[in-house]
Amino acid sequence: MILNNSGLSDFRITDTGTDPLTNSRNILKDFKFDTIVATGYGRHLAKAHLGCPVITEIKAYALGAHSLFPQCRTVIDIGGQDSKIIKVKDGLVEDFEMNDRCAAGTGKFLEVMAHTLGYTLNNLGEEALKAEGSVPISSMCTVFAESEVISLIARGEQPRNIALGLHESILNRLMSMLGRVGFEDEVVFAGGVAKNRCIAALLGKRLRKKILIPQEPQIVGALGAALLSDKQRR
Amino acid sequence: MANHEKMWQELGLDVELHNELLKSIDRTFQQTVGAQKNRPEGMKYFDNVLHESHGGRVAELLDVKAKGNKVIGTFCIYVPDEIAMAVDITPIALCGGTNFSVPYAEKMFPRDICPLVKSTLGLAFSKTCPYAPIKNMAVGETTCDAKKKTWEILAGKVNFHVMEVPQKKEEPDIKLWHKEVREFKDKVEGLAGKKVESKRLAETIEIMNDKRRALQKLNELRKHDPPPISGLDALVVMQAALNDEPVRFTETLNQLNDELEERIEKGISPFTKGVKRIMIAGCPAVMGNWKVHWLVETSGAAIVGDETCTGSRYFENLVDETAKDLVGQLSALAERYMKINCACFTPNTDRIEGVVKKAKESNVQGVVQYILQYCHGYNVEAIRVDGALKQANIPSLKIETDYSEEDVGPLRTRVEAFLERLG
Ligand code: SF4
Ligand code: SF4
Repeated sequence: MILNNSGLSDFRITDTGTDPLTNSRNILKDFKFDTIVATGYGRHLAKAHLGCPVITEIKAYALGAHSLFPQCRTVIDIGGQDSKIIKVKDGLVEDFEMNDRCAAGTGKFLEVMAHTLGYTLNNLGEEALKAEGSVPISSMCTVFAESEVISLIARGEQPRNIALGLHESILNRLMSMLGRVGFEDEVVFAGGVAKNRCIAALLGKRLRKKILIPQEPQIVGALGAALLSDKQRR
Repeated sequence: MANHEKMWQELGLDVELHNELLKSIDRTFQQTVGAQKNRPEGMKYFDNVLHESHGGRVAELLDVKAKGNKVIGTFCIYVPDEIAMAVDITPIALCGGTNFSVPYAEKMFPRDICPLVKSTLGLAFSKTCPYAPIKNMAVGETTCDAKKKTWEILAGKVNFHVMEVPQKKEEPDIKLWHKEVREFKDKVEGLAGKKVESKRLAETIEIMNDKRRALQKLNELRKHDPPPISGLDALVVMQAALNDEPVRFTETLNQLNDELEERIEKGISPFTKGVKRIMIAGCPAVMGNWKVHWLVETSGAAIVGDETCTGSRYFENLVDETAKDLVGQLSALAERYMKINCACFTPNTDRIEGVVKKAKESNVQGVVQYILQYCHGYNVEAIRVDGALKQANIPSLKIETDYSEEDVGPLRTRVEAFLERLG
């Protein structure tokens, strides 16, 4: 994510891969910059090798979401390996909740399920939205849910309906997390999973609210980090 | 420690596995406690207590036994050491803080009980606990469910006494506890083959009170900004307190306290002034377990207080030393121990108020509630503690975790985000 005086100027997204450091170095080659800040799971690796300051993705998402939607009070961030609920006040983190151990209900979960159902991560949500009914899934563990889905297919259930069931089970989990921290308007949905239209639609329905989704939900954290770096520079 | 191999063999330990255990604990120690900078000189002694806990200290206890005296193992700070010491019995805390032994307990026990119980049992089951063969008696208590049920299994194998710790703190409960303390006296008298004399009990009460006073002093010194000692080192001192010979421990701790006063005067600290101050509240972190203290302090904050059984619950409240006779002394002891606010009690309002009070006294910006996974008492109580802290405008973060390293990545994110939030 590159910021200039008039705001966001450019960004790149790449898979973390097995060598995140080389990946980031390769990206950095294409750009000129004054300062950098690292956020996310590899932040300390970047700090050690690139000598940059770090902030957590929690603070970064709060800052990023606030800059895109100044009225934002709650950020729901579902990424590849975890989900977080962040309560925001004036761009600052007021409270947060996050899962520690398990990939249930995250991007990784959706990826495995899409594969099992013969879809891609990109069309899984679209297909689920076309479902005529929903087949409930009881397992939230990626491994157990996979075998549950396989046996549902074997029973002749429609893949679309199973897909909708999967999305609903993610929502159930999310709702209990939301219940723990509480939420206030406006609610911003970010992170890679926010690209999934089915989750977004279900979320709006459950919360009975309009959910704000950034155009590029994956880079909200990077935007927040860049904004902070800019502020610290001044 | 190699020179202790013969002793371990004679004790019937699985020496090979035991060597692996020591290596594993030492690795964790070096990565956490050992990796700190600017530690007080006086910490050398306490590091050594931990290092020698399976070596030199065991040899000492074998000497104790050679003189015809007895050793008992305990699992909770509710057991009044003074009474055992008065008949020359050495009490030793047997709680396990290492992940190494957990799988050995899981062979027999359900996975979903707290890591402290599993670690302790795993050490005994895998023949790597040198105290298991030494102790003449083990003393359990009716605190949490995991422990209560564990005693039933252990009781078949060793000489076991269970103290009934009540669940409430009302009149009948207090009466029951006084009776339990008197029965404990009878029990240790039987084991030692001698009577508890009032004069000797007065001495052991003073020994333990002195130890508490020294620990209270350490707690006071940590209130300074910046604290002269890290929270991780203060934890090492506490872990040593549960294992070391008390008189020697107190003497060396008093020296450490002197050094810390000097460090305050000279402005020496592992931290800089204005460092974010955190208090830990909740479950004990016994020897081998440095995880959460290490996580918090390597994320840039200082732990300046512990409201745990390896913290204030162990050393706050002295035993009244003015009682004249045995009856009075026993009831003074019962009174002091009854003041421990463990989450096994209901209601436990005193603890909740105490957390807020201590957080204020230590001038912390935030509280980390440390919950050992599957410890339902502290985990559920965390909700009320969190509420009380919120009312006092003190943010808190609950960390529920076991001894493994698998969740360190996400936990670090949570701790860092919590610290960022403290401004
Ligand atoms: S937490 Fe409760 S049961 Fe455990 S050692 Fe402390 S007082 Fe005893
Ligand atoms: S930490 Fe909790 S569950 Fe574990 S032994 Fe202590 S009181 Fe029991």
